Amino acid sequence: MVYPDKNVLVNEVNNLVKKYGNGRESLLPILQDVQRKFGFISDFAMQEIAHKLEIHPVEVYGVVTFYSFLSTEPKGKYVIRLCKTISCDLAGKDAIATTLQRELNLKFGETSKDRKFTLEYCHCIGMCDQGQAMLINEEVFTKLTPSKVIEIIDSLK
Amino acid sequence: MPIINDTVFFDEKAHGEALEKALTMSPQEVVLEIRESQLRGRGGAGFPTGTKWMLALSANADKKFVVCNADEGEPGTFKDRVLLSEYTKLVMEGIVIAGYAIQAQKGFIYLRGEYAYLLNHLNSYLERMRKENRLGENILGSNFSFDIEIRLGSGAYVCGEETALIESLEGHRGEARNRPPFPVNTGYLGYPTIVNNVETFACAYIVLSKGAQWFAKYGTEKSKGMKLISVSGDCKKPGVYEVPFGIKVKDLLDLVGAEDTKAVQISGASGICIPMSEIERNISFEDIPTGGSVIIFNKDRNMLHILRNFMEFFVEESCGQCTPCRVGNKKLLEGIEMLEKGICSHHYLNELIELGKTMQIASKCGLGQSSPNPFISIVTNFKDEIMSNSIRGGNGK
Repeated sequence: MVYPDKNVLVNEVNNLVKKYGNGRESLLPILQDVQRKFGFISDFAMQEIAHKLEIHPVEVYGVVTFYSFLSTEPKGKYVIRLCKTISCDLAGKDAIATTLQRELNLKFGETSKDRKFTLEYCHCIGMCDQGQAMLINEEVFTKLTPSKVIEIIDSLK
Repeated sequence: MPIINDTVFFDEKAHGEALEKALTMSPQEVVLEIRESQLRGRGGAGFPTGTKWMLALSANADKKFVVCNADEGEPGTFKDRVLLSEYTKLVMEGIVIAGYAIQAQKGFIYLRGEYAYLLNHLNSYLERMRKENRLGENILGSNFSFDIEIRLGSGAYVCGEETALIESLEGHRGEARNRPPFPVNTGYLGYPTIVNNVETFACAYIVLSKGAQWFAKYGTEKSKGMKLISVSGDCKKPGVYEVPFGIKVKDLLDLVGAEDTKAVQISGASGICIPMSEIERNISFEDIPTGGSVIIFNKDRNMLHILRNFMEFFVEESCGQCTPCRVGNKKLLEGIEMLEKGICSHHYLNELIELGKTMQIASKCGLGQSSPNPFISIVTNFKDEIMSNSIRGGNGK
């Protein structure tokens, strides 16, 4: 596991505070950018952000652990989120879930050792009329079939 | 009620120019126009929009805010995604009109993190509006200045609740506040704030451009206008439909090509599930209110499997700050597990229904107040199937 250099993080947080401001209401945008750039929000990052916003690190930790898209553990370069809500479930979720686990050699909730892929379930992503649907990072894929999933995964490997 | 072929949303040529018109009126006149249309909030709760705006306009403060609730997380709902991506003007200028009506300086769009792929489109649309002077300083030569900023959510269903959303905007955990005070008095950073659904802003645009009386022609006595319905599940033509309020569930099923239907889930996971014997009922605030989600289940579907899916959703999405919701949803899910094993007695099932009713009264926010709805309606309307599930032994079939 490669942790980002502390100086890189300090610089990044400085830049983000300049961009969004140092008010409490800037906390989420800052955390979202750190998550996007580093794949997780480390203890050090939380302390640095708390210091800059002049709030207690526990406040930052409380926010990070509340939101499912923010994480304290490193995530893969590609975070795959398979919708498990009822419309997608009815559209054949089990076959897609099996395919993803097999092709990635991961169980749901796991990240690959090379930190390339994270496989997760998520709730409704608003693609109910085009199920089965999934998100890979911020991109949406719909009307999935097992062969379509294999094609998508192969293109990322 | 027959299906009306008129469309409010889907014919761009008919949208007209509402922003120009609103800016020639006084803020009070804009609010009165919205009140006269009897527009009610499209997120599902149905609070009269004109009243909300009137309260915010009359609130005395040096700053006011408009928030567009685009945290469309209710399972089975996707109409806001379609409005934001294809009818962006209605939403954006609806927000500007709301800003003018309550004399706010700034608007936020709280866009759910799952819709982050819409961000580029929305930001470039805002940029275009700024260039055309439809946003920014002295909009269209008036003395009204207003800007819109997009904030992303981070995957929390409860942030669709307006006070949880405001907490999230302020950089906190998305935990609902006590109400009162209401956001129209004490909202974002303590300033008067209106939070409206994406579709409500689009409707406000239509009301301004077409007139309140035109809008109020559609719908029923207490539910005026058209409603966007997101249809998914077992039907030939899933998608977003525009229907007048008061449409019978039966007519909607015909419209979307649903066959061999067993049950219809209306208003998403937090809504109710009706059997075929009730499809003469209608979609309106008088009968079955909805934020716009309709999920259709055919005869092959196992209702207990569906109910488990909904309850797992609520157990995971409960924010956990109040006990009825945090513990109640877990207890209901445990009950479903007992039903699956065939060890839930009828007596205990009735106790769980009573627990559900307690949650509806005692939970702090809309999540816990509505999460027992699918449990109560499914176990009541499909009791024979639910109680015989372990004999059939199926799940998902």
